[in-house]
Amino acid sequence: MAKPKVAFYWCASCGGCEETIVDLAEDILGVVEAVDIALWPVAIDMKRKDVEAWEPGDVAVAFINGAVRLSEQKEWVELLREKCSLVIAFGSCAHMGGIPGLANATNREEIFANKYHRSPTVANPDGIVPQEQTNVDGYDLELPTFWKDVKPLNEVIDVDYYLPGCPPPFDLVATAVGAILEGKLPPKGSVIAPEKALCDTCERNDTKPDEMTITEFKRTATSTPDPEKCFLADGFLCMGPATRSGCGERCINGNMPCRGCFGPTPDAIDPGLKLLAAIASRGEADSEEDAKALADSLVDPLGTYYRFGLPASMLKRSADTERAQT
Amino acid sequence: MISLTIDGQVVEVEDGSTVLQAARKLEIQIPTLCTHKALLPYGACRVCLVEIEGSRGSWLETSCTFPAQEGLVVNTTSDRVLRTRKIVLELMLARCPEVEVVKELAAEMGLEDTRFPKKGEDCILCGLCVRVCGEKMNAGAVHFVNRGTGKAVEPPYDRHSAVCMACGACEVVCPTGCVDLSKITTHQPRPIPSEFDEGLSSRGSIYVPFAQAVPNTPVIDKDTCIRLLNGDCGACQAFCEADAIDYDQEDTIEEVDVGAVIVATGFKLFDSKLINRYGYGKFDNVLSAMEFERISHASGPTLGKVIMKDGRSPQAVAILHCIGSRDENYHEHCSRVCCMYSLKFAHLVKEKTDAEVYNLYIDMRAFGKGYEEFYKRVLGEGVHFIRGKAADVTDVSETPEEKGKLIVVAEDTLLGVTRRLPVDMVILSGALTPSPDSADVGRVFSLGCSQGGFFLERHPKLAPVDSMSDGIFLAGACQGPKDIPDSVAQGAAAAAGALSLIDKGKVVIEPITAEIIEDRCAGCQLCIANCPYAAIEYDKEKNISVVTEELCKGCGTCVAGCPSGAAHQKNFEDEQIFSEIEGILTGSEV
Ligand SMILES: Cc1cc2nc3c(=O)[nH]c(=O)nc-3n(C[C@H](O)[C@H](O)[C@H](O)COP(=O)(O)OP(=O)(O)OC[C@H]3O[C@@H](n4cnc5c(N)ncnc54)[C@H](O)[C@@H]3O)c2cc1C
Ligand code: SF4
Ligand code: SF4
Ligand code: SF4
Ligand code: SF4
Ligand code: FES
Repeated sequence: MAKPKVAFYWCASCGGCEETIVDLAEDILGVVEAVDIALWPVAIDMKRKDVEAWEPGDVAVAFINGAVRLSEQKEWVELLREKCSLVIAFGSCAHMGGIPGLANATNREEIFANKYHRSPTVANPDGIVPQEQTNVDGYDLELPTFWKDVKPLNEVIDVDYYLPGCPPPFDLVATAVGAILEGKLPPKGSVIAPEKALCDTCERNDTKPDEMTITEFKRTATSTPDPEKCFLADGFLCMGPATRSGCGERCINGNMPCRGCFGPTPDAIDPGLKLLAAIASRGEADSEEDAKALADSLVDPLGTYYRFGLPASMLKRSADTERAQT
Repeated sequence: MISLTIDGQVVEVEDGSTVLQAARKLEIQIPTLCTHKALLPYGACRVCLVEIEGSRGSWLETSCTFPAQEGLVVNTTSDRVLRTRKIVLELMLARCPEVEVVKELAAEMGLEDTRFPKKGEDCILCGLCVRVCGEKMNAGAVHFVNRGTGKAVEPPYDRHSAVCMACGACEVVCPTGCVDLSKITTHQPRPIPSEFDEGLSSRGSIYVPFAQAVPNTPVIDKDTCIRLLNGDCGACQAFCEADAIDYDQEDTIEEVDVGAVIVATGFKLFDSKLINRYGYGKFDNVLSAMEFERISHASGPTLGKVIMKDGRSPQAVAILHCIGSRDENYHEHCSRVCCMYSLKFAHLVKEKTDAEVYNLYIDMRAFGKGYEEFYKRVLGEGVHFIRGKAADVTDVSETPEEKGKLIVVAEDTLLGVTRRLPVDMVILSGALTPSPDSADVGRVFSLGCSQGGFFLERHPKLAPVDSMSDGIFLAGACQGPKDIPDSVAQGAAAAAGALSLIDKGKVVIEPITAEIIEDRCAGCQLCIANCPYAAIEYDKEKNISVVTEELCKGCGTCVAGCPSGAAHQKNFEDEQIFSEIEGILTGSEV
C-alpha cells in the first residue's frame, strides 16, 4: 500500500514550527518511513505548478503554519485546501494569528512607514515603497497584496484540526499524526491538546495563597521570579490560567510565566478578556491613584493579554488602527 | 489503709500518710508554718507538735513528719502540747517579732509578747523557699547556711546566683514575704504583665484572665509556664485541691455546625503611641483611656485609687478628647463614645481626688438618653472645659509653676489663646478603631468593610444588623463605634434575627447559581478569592474548585473572573448573552 502523502506549508511565520520537524533529528527517518513528504518549501524545492498538478485527495494532510497576511498566502492555502483531504493549522500563528498577528495592533501605513522610511537601518532617500504592480523593462511585475489585517488560517479556509503552540511540541504532533494514520480522528474543528488550563498541570499551583491579591506587576526583564512560586502569586502576569495545557510547561520550567501560546480553553470566549477579568478582580488598590499605578505597572497590556491571539480574539485588531484605515 | 485514733476519734488513712494528714481528715485544726501541700514534710517550725501515746508513756512529735501507724493514739490538744507550742512560738516571736504570721499564731495561742530577747529577723527558717527551689524548680539556688543562731537562707557564698531562674517561686511560697529575688539572682526577674490590667499589674503563669471571664477557670500561659517549658515546677498541680490541672492537655479545635453566626468582635482602642507628641509611652503619667479604666476600677491594679505612677495623688488631670479620631491623619470617623467616657473620667477623678480636671474637646457630643444631663452635671462639678484639641504634651517647663509637671499645650478656640496647662496626669481618650484582625475575620465570614474598616451592614437604615451574607449578623462595635446600650440593642436584634432563621428550619436558596465544570476547571483558585459569599471551595485531591450551591447567590463574579471559562452560570450562559446581543444588532440593521 502506498504511503500516505503529507504537505508542509508556511505562511506568515518565523520558521520555528519547521524547527519542530527538524528537531526530530534522526527520528525524521521514522516519519519518512510512515509518510511521503509531498511538499516542504523549507527543505524541498517545488513550484506552485507542481502542486496545481495534484489531484484533489492525492495528499492526505497539509500542515500549514503561519498566519495569513498576503494575497499569495491566501492563494497557496486555498490551493492546498483543494488538494489535501485534511488541513491542520500548525502552531500558534495558523491557529490564532500568533506573534505576526500583533501587527493588528497597528496598521499597514504605519508598518510600511517603519519598514521603508523610519527604521534607522534604512537608507531610502527617494522614498521608494514596494508597489503591487511595477513595470520594469517592459515587464509587468506583480507583488502580492499586503492585507489590512493578519488573519488566522480558519478565516481564510476551512480548517479541520489545530495543533497549538509556539511551536507545537512534538508529542502533540505525534499524537495527531498517529490519529490520522489510524483513522481515529477527533471531531472536526478540535484543538489537539488537553481541555483544561495550564494551572492544572503546573507544579507551582500548590503554592497559590488562599487569597491571591495583585498589588503590582513585575517584569521578568527587571526582576527574577521565585523559581518555585506561582508566577501570579509572585506578581508576574502568567497566562497559564487562561491557556490550554499540553505544552509540558515549557516556559514555567524555564522560570518564565506562560505567555499563552496554546490559546484559550474550549469554554473561554476570549483568552485575553478572560484573564483580564480574572486579574482585574484580584487587583488590590486602596485609592484611584494606587489602581492607576497598578494598571500602569503592566507594560504593554494588549501585547501581554493577546500575545499570540489578537487576530483570533473578539477584538481582532486594536480599534485605533481600524479608525485610521477607514 | 491504716486506722488510728486522734483526740478520741478513729480515722482511716492511706499507708504513708502523716499524722497531720490524718488529723486534717478529721478536720482537727493543727497550726503549721513550714508545711506545704506541694512539698515534702520537713519539720522545721515545730508548731504542729502533737502528743503520741505509747504503751510506755507519751512523747511529742511534729505531726507533719510523723507517719500515721496502725493503732496509734494521738492527742493534739493536751496541756503538754499547748504548753510546748506556746514556748516554740515565744521563741519564734523573739526571733521574728514583726512577722505577721507569727504574731497572728502567737495571738491565737494567747501570747502578747515574748520573754526572750528580740532579734528582729524576717525569716522564720521554715525552709519553704529552699524546698520549693530544690524540689519543684529543680534549681536549688538557695539553701540554709550556718547552724544555730547563725542559720540563714542564702545562695551559695552569699553571691548572686546564676542557677536561679528568677522564677519567683520562693517569693510566692514564703509565708513572711522576706525573700528578695534581687538579692538572689543574677537574672532580671521579668514580671508577666496582666493583659487585662493593661500591663499595670502582673499575673502568674496560671491565671484567671479576668474576674468575669467565661468560663471562670484558670488558664496556663504556655509561653511562661516553667512546667511546660522545661518540665520542672508543677507546683500548681500539687496545690490544686480539685486535681484539675493537666499539663498534657493540648489545644483543640472544635468544629461546630451552626445555622447562623453573630459576629461581635468589637473594636481596638487607638494606639496613642502612634502620635508621638502626646508623649504616651514616654511619660509615666500619660495614660491611655483603657489604663485609666483599670486604675479607676475598684478591682484594678490600684484598687480604684486614682494615683500617679509614684503613688501620689494628682493635683491636676487633663483629659484629651478625640485622640486619633476626627483626625485626617489617623481616623476620620467620630468614635461616638469618647466624649461620654471622657466625661465619666472627669467625674471619677473629681469623685476620687481633689484634682483640678481639664477636658480638652473639639466639640461636645452628648448624643444619647440622659447624656446631655450627665454633661451638665459634670459641668456643675467644676470640671474645666476647654474647646480645642490638645497640640502637645511636654515636660519642658517655661515657668516655675510648670516645673516637674506635664504641660498640655492647646489652643482654646473660644478664648482665641494658646494655653499651657501644667498637670500631673494626662488621659488620652483614644478612638475606637477596627480590630487588627478584622480583615481575616471578614474573609472568614465574607464580610465587607465600610470606609474606616468597620464591618459593613446590609443597609444602614433598613438592615443594620444583617450582613451581606445570609445567616451572618453583626452586633456591637465591630460594625461601627457605639456604646454599651447600643451594642446590647444590636446584639439582641442580631440574636432575634438568627433565631428567626433557625426557627424556620429552612432556607430559600437562589434558583440561578454558578456551576464549575469539573472537566474544565484547572484549579487555579482565582474564583475562590473572588466569591463574595465564600461559596467556593478548593478540592485539593481533584485539583478543582467546587461551588457549594446552598451558599451561592448567583452573583456571577466567579463566572466573569474564571480565566478558563470553567465556571458557568446556570440559565445565564455566554451563548445566551451573545444571542441577545446578536438579536439586538440584527434588529438595528433593519
Ligand atoms: C475607654 C473606654 C471607655 C468606655 N466607657 C463606656 C461607658 O462608660 N459606657 C458605655 O456605654 N460604653 C463605653 N465604652 C464603649 C464600650 O466599650 C463599647 O460600646 C463596647 O465594648 C462594645 O462592645 P462589643 O461587645 O461590641 O465589643 P468589645 O467590648 O470590644 O468585645 C469584643 C469581644 O470580641 C472578642 N474578639 C475579638 N476578635 C475576636 C475573634 N476573632 N474571635 C473571637 N473573639 C474575638 C474580643 O476579645 C472581645 O472580648 C467605652 C469604651 C472605651 C474605649
Ligand atoms: S498562574 Fe501560571 S505559574 Fe501559577 S499555577 Fe497557573 S500556570 Fe502555574
Ligand atoms: S507555557 Fe504558555 S507560552 Fe509557554 S509554551 Fe506553554 S502555553 Fe506556550
Ligand atoms: S506549673 Fe503551675 S505553678 Fe509552675 S510555673 Fe507552671 S503554671 Fe506556674
Ligand atoms: S477560576 Fe475557573 S479554572 Fe480557576 S479554579 Fe475557578 S473555576 Fe477553576
Ligand atoms: S509544720 Fe510541721 S514542723 Fe513546720
